[in-house]
Amino acid sequence: MGFADIAFYVFAILVVAAGLFTVMARNPVHSVLWLILAFLSSAGLFILMGAEFVAMLLVIVYVGAVAVLFLFVVMMLDVDFAALKAGMAKYMPVALLIGVVLLMQLGLVFGDWQFAETAETARQAVAPAPGETQNTSALGGLIYTQYIYLFQAAGLILLVAMIGAIVLTVRHRQDIKRQNILDQMYRDPAKSMELKDVKPGQGL
Amino acid sequence: MEELLTEYLPILVFLGVAIGLGIVLVLAAVILGPSNPDPEKVSAYECGFNAFDDARMKFDVRFYLVSILFIIFDLEVAFLFPWAVAFQDVGLLGFWSMMVFLAVLTIGFAYEWKKGALEWE
Repeated sequence: MGFADIAFYVFAILVVAAGLFTVMARNPVHSVLWLILAFLSSAGLFILMGAEFVAMLLVIVYVGAVAVLFLFVVMMLDVDFAALKAGMAKYMPVALLIGVVLLMQLGLVFGDWQFAETAETARQAVAPAPGETQNTSALGGLIYTQYIYLFQAAGLILLVAMIGAIVLTVRHRQDIKRQNILDQMYRDPAKSMELKDVKPGQGL
Repeated sequence: MEELLTEYLPILVFLGVAIGLGIVLVLAAVILGPSNPDPEKVSAYECGFNAFDDARMKFDVRFYLVSILFIIFDLEVAFLFPWAVAFQDVGLLGFWSMMVFLAVLTIGFAYEWKKGALEWE
């Protein structure tokens, strides 16, 4: 068993264990931390497959941004988790039912799974084997030309997400003063200040 | 494939050292540090805050807006990396496909700017 195999088993066990702890942890903040460990270990798995770029993307986007957003939401949302837990017994039968249905569906899919003869050739483009080229350039050669429609759809989805987030959350308060930099720069000192000659013994 | 993994070996070693060092430091603090628990130590000093309090409080929704916008532009930049690496190979179609992608997101950026989503109060 080579060194890469040992690394694979370590990372694989870490992913599964961290996923399990994500679900089992009582404190949601700990859950998110376990989730981050799962992301990092799957980045290790991707590197073992030779997919460097995907691994780095996982670290940058998921660990760096998404998990931090999760942490942010979990830590700051004003949710009483003890009160949520109290209602758990009430919803348990429904949750179990849904879980069993999902499990049966998964079993059906898995039991009925078979590869079509033409599956390998039906792909639009075949990625070069790892080792021939770098992962990043192999991806770059495919995304922008072969999968151009999916790529543009990704752009549109990002646009929708951006506009949706703004529409949902931006509201300007009218009762406060804002800083207007142009106004500040064009302000005339002669108009904003005035010297008054005050005679002794008199007020203004 | 093998040489790729060999290049990543130092990172794995580094990871091991970091985990080991973290465990050693935490354990050293537990073993060596003096421990004299006293209820007075965790009580509020004069009119100060309680030492341990609930962190959950109402939070301005604009913090989420900033982080969601950050993630979106993060993803946009992530798409730029393979494009830059494969720039010689993708040809004119690849170039213009990225330009359209950037134009779509620039529309979103202009919208965001005009709406004042980037401004704090």
